[in-house]
Amino acid sequence: MAFLSAGVGHRGKIISLREGAAFWLLLTTLLVLTLVFSFGVGRFFVPFDKVLTILISHICPLEQSWSDVEYRVVELIRMPRVFTAAIVGAGLALAGAALQGTFRNPLVEPQNIGVSSGAAFGGVLAILLSDSNQLLIGSAFLFGLLAMVIVYLISRMNGRTPILMLVLSGVVTSAFFLALVSLIKYIADPDDKLPAIVYWLMGSFARAGYDDMWLLLGVVGLSSSVIYLLRFRINLLSLGDEEAQALGVRAERTRWLILVCVTLITATSVAVAGVVGWVGLVVPHIARMIVGPDNRVLLPASALIGSLYLVIIDDVARAATASEIPLGVITAIIGAPVFAVLLRRNQARGWKND
Amino acid sequence: MINAKQAGFFYNLEEGWTFKNCSFHLEKGDILAILGPNGQGKTTLLKTILGVLALKEGCIEASGTIGYVPQNTSPAFPYSVLDMVVMGRARQISMFRSPSRQDFTKAREALAQLGLARFEKRQFSDLSGGQRQLVLIARALAAECDILILDEPASALDFKNQQVILQTVERLSRQRQLTVIFTSHYPQHALHSANKALLMHGAADFQFGSVDDVMCDANLSRLYGMEVRNVAFNHANQSVRTVVPVFSASDQNNASFNQ
Repeated sequence: MAFLSAGVGHRGKIISLREGAAFWLLLTTLLVLTLVFSFGVGRFFVPFDKVLTILISHICPLEQSWSDVEYRVVELIRMPRVFTAAIVGAGLALAGAALQGTFRNPLVEPQNIGVSSGAAFGGVLAILLSDSNQLLIGSAFLFGLLAMVIVYLISRMNGRTPILMLVLSGVVTSAFFLALVSLIKYIADPDDKLPAIVYWLMGSFARAGYDDMWLLLGVVGLSSSVIYLLRFRINLLSLGDEEAQALGVRAERTRWLILVCVTLITATSVAVAGVVGWVGLVVPHIARMIVGPDNRVLLPASALIGSLYLVIIDDVARAATASEIPLGVITAIIGAPVFAVLLRRNQARGWKND
Repeated sequence: MINAKQAGFFYNLEEGWTFKNCSFHLEKGDILAILGPNGQGKTTLLKTILGVLALKEGCIEASGTIGYVPQNTSPAFPYSVLDMVVMGRARQISMFRSPSRQDFTKAREALAQLGLARFEKRQFSDLSGGQRQLVLIARALAAECDILILDEPASALDFKNQQVILQTVERLSRQRQLTVIFTSHYPQHALHSANKALLMHGAADFQFGSVDDVMCDANLSRLYGMEVRNVAFNHANQSVRTVVPVFSASDQNNASFNQ
């Protein structure tokens, strides 16, 4: 965390746009190296150079210097998993940054607008009723969307959506779905279904395969692109609805478009990996301290850092101990203290009190 | 340029009309001061002109782009001055686009016009109240507006800064043939800068006309619910006119609050 304390100036960011090129290059390189390294990390360790030769062999034929087992671990098990972690991390961090901007509230994240809890209930219900992974993903996704619709219906008054109402509706909806999750845990078979539900809820990429990866890439890629195209509008929305409208923005419509995209990202992520909290809250804060609050640079920075963050967390999850540590546990154990430190240190810097 | 006909608005009909039957007409280059006690709906009227709130009856026609300067704004995030000003270009930038180099040039020109070029990289919220107000005016200029709407532009400022803001608004109106509408708690702001005045006495009780006609002692006293006087005196061989409230010494008669 040295870079946090070392470089933060009174301007509220470390680098300017001009110095940015080097920063983007550094961040992208770091991400690529981390990805390649992560393909080898796990209980069956494959060294960095071997991973690299396996990867390069796709482009130009090389003499085989690796064992078949190493090849299969890297290609079939690690690659989809690591890429899935990277996509989920990027998506959740970008979604968090976009939400914080549109709600002009730095404490909002995908988890507390109700979508995560809705998706969690959908997933848990599917685990209770069947063993199908497709059903799990579909159900988590549908209930995530349903939660969003409920939040929408509760918070909309006279054709407008006050931000406070929206956030509170999220809290209410979230509480409701979490109660349903508890109910299902209570009635689930404690020998068979209950452990599956509990482990799924804690979040893991262990089950992620290529199908999951492509699904995520499609949904998260598309939604993130729309959000990124709206980056300047998010700046405007962060001034507050009335001011944004006075400047010519159709605030209501724009915000709902962003919310739908955030819902798609969150619901798909929960469907594939379970509930992975804190990423959407902590990562945008770190990004904001480095590149400043302008969403034109904040969104891509959040996505890259989010990717990097979750890939590393997942490395820890599968390599730190003999058995997997649940993701949600690590993200919260790291996220909560880091966030507390950020809050204390940057109260007036990363964002302003109203 | 701006034509309000029988405009009416309410937030909630049970609480009654905020304003009703409001009519006025402004030509290009006019400066209108909207005066009235707190809570009389000055800001609401501005919002209906801006189109942020929809009128419940009547209409307000405004020909030209409107630039808006809010009363005060506290961005939730520490945007730079240039970031803030370029947001004024929102109308010129379509939904899925970001500001181009040209948009930034326009924003810088607007800042330069108000003598703020050197503040470009400063954090908006670090500036003083007067500087922030000027930056927000620059933001409206960056929109290349024909009509400038300001909500209490000078009310929260000290005397010197009030003068800077009022002079700036006047100068811009002259140079660019801007039509200006501003609200104010202080009738002297209207005397200093405006040529038209709209007094909001009650929800359906308006007086509109030239500043000289409308702003007599009787009207102002009725407007503020207490004795208000126009005063003239000589300063540097010129007659200066201002408005003073006559605060009465005893609290016997005026113990009731406005609103």
